[in-house]
Amino acid sequence: MPTVSMTVNGKEVSAEVETRTLLVQFLRDHIGLTGTHVGCDTSQCGACVVHVDGKALKSCTRLAVQCEGASVTTIEGLAANGALHPMQQAFHENHGLQCGFCTPGMIMSAVDMVERLGNKLDEKTIRQELEGNICRCTGYHNIVKSIAAGAEAMK
Amino acid sequence: MQVKPSGTLDEYLAPVTIEEAARALADGRASVLAGGTDLMLQAANGRTPYRGRLVNIRRIAELRGAAITGGRVRIGALTTVTDILNHAELAKAVPVLRQTADKFASNQIRNMATIGGNICNASPAGDMIIPLLALEAEVELASWDGAKIRTREVALEKFFTGPGRTVMERGELLTAVSFAVPEAGHRVRFAKSGPRPALEISTVSAAFAATCKDGVTTNVRIVLGAVAPTPIRARSAEALMEGAECSGDLAARAAKAAAGEISPIDDVRASAWYRTHLTEVFVRRLIEDVCHG
Ligand SMILES: Cc1cc2nc3c(=O)[nH]c(=O)nc-3n(C[C@H](O)[C@H](O)[C@H](O)COP(=O)(O)OP(=O)(O)OC[C@H]3O[C@@H](n4cnc5c(N)ncnc54)[C@H](O)[C@@H]3O)c2cc1C
Ligand code: FES
Ligand code: FES
Repeated sequence: MPTVSMTVNGKEVSAEVETRTLLVQFLRDHIGLTGTHVGCDTSQCGACVVHVDGKALKSCTRLAVQCEGASVTTIEGLAANGALHPMQQAFHENHGLQCGFCTPGMIMSAVDMVERLGNKLDEKTIRQELEGNICRCTGYHNIVKSIAAGAEAMK
Repeated sequence: MQVKPSGTLDEYLAPVTIEEAARALADGRASVLAGGTDLMLQAANGRTPYRGRLVNIRRIAELRGAAITGGRVRIGALTTVTDILNHAELAKAVPVLRQTADKFASNQIRNMATIGGNICNASPAGDMIIPLLALEAEVELASWDGAKIRTREVALEKFFTGPGRTVMERGELLTAVSFAVPEAGHRVRFAKSGPRPALEISTVSAAFAATCKDGVTTNVRIVLGAVAPTPIRARSAEALMEGAECSGDLAARAAKAAAGEISPIDDVRASAWYRTHLTEVFVRRLIEDVCHG
């Protein structure tokens, strides 16, 4: 079995994995970071979005071995020293979640959105950019509100 | 969560040069992994079982990036849809590629999906393929002949033989796609339809290219996706328009001719009747957009 090493949330990690191990399985089962969720495992729902070398992608469609040497950020990597990340805080304050299943992916996509498009995001942009994330509970309204507020707060 | 891909996977390689990759593929017992947005799903559902050895080509730097030299555009196989969206020079020379990339999946998929993967996957609904056919692109293939790299070029139009099938031999690697920069005044447009604007496999897609000068259309190319076993050129509709005066009901007549050239299927996304209807509407609108827009 190949050994894979990468940096996850700033920490070096390394493990022996089967080639077929998905990045999301590696994160959840090998290093115990269960914040990244699996909704569909067919690249549709976005519950598994993480950042790899600064780009948002779906960790159910990436093998762990492909991330050799990469820098990965998961939802657990956002809060610094116990304080919520401004985007997490905004979801909290604006009721941007109900069951919470989609939330880690929503927040990782939202942070990536701000990093690419800046702190002023209008509703249309946010809705369009959320095309890769599905929520079964909220009807999106409060998610959009949360992201606009979180984007402002990330200034 | 349990994902059990079909086929066996007992070896993993991540070559950094084309030669290393070609050697790793030479015995025909390897699967090529680019962005994985088709392969991983197809391996999981049994459509494309892994062949034992997985060759991840993503670390081959020479396969990534687009350049325009000597009147030709050359796009490396590993160029992602996001790269195409962000490539200012490319967007200026051939706006239709950015237009198509913009309608492709979602940001997270665009970050992974490569143009080479879109072509090799050979879906009749592959979006990037449609404008590339209108640009009369050709693909470059490389393989290891036992002693050295062998390369060949194939016109994209001759590349596809059926859904998921191409003229590529096992062991061949697609290295790039290239085409001539369109002449001044030659315009290319793309349109696609699905129940949602994004993250959707096209129920019908189309590209139209032509030069409309002094009221006359020349260099006409009409490409249709998702309405036949492979993407197709609507040749009789093209012939009807070539050298014709672009006025009156020409767009409507050409659109009707194009709709007569397809062999659509009924499936979960749309009925054959609806696909035929959409084809006619799309082609007519694209022609009107290019010739009168
Ligand atoms: C949620 C979702 C949405 C999607 N939306 C769209 C869409 O809007 N439009 C669209 O067209 N497609 C869409 N797709 C399909 C897919 O993303 C594209 O076809 C993509 O371009 C495939 O590229 P890849 O790099 O991921 O290919 P991979 O999955 O890595 O490879 C695809 C196939 O080609 C082979 N291959 C790849 N590169 C090479 C090469 N250089 N040489 C030889 N063989 C090679 C592989 O072995 C495999 O069989 C979507 C997929 C998902 C999961
Ligand atoms: S679990 Fe990855 S997109 Fe749904
Ligand atoms: S909050 Fe339940 S799926 Fe989004």
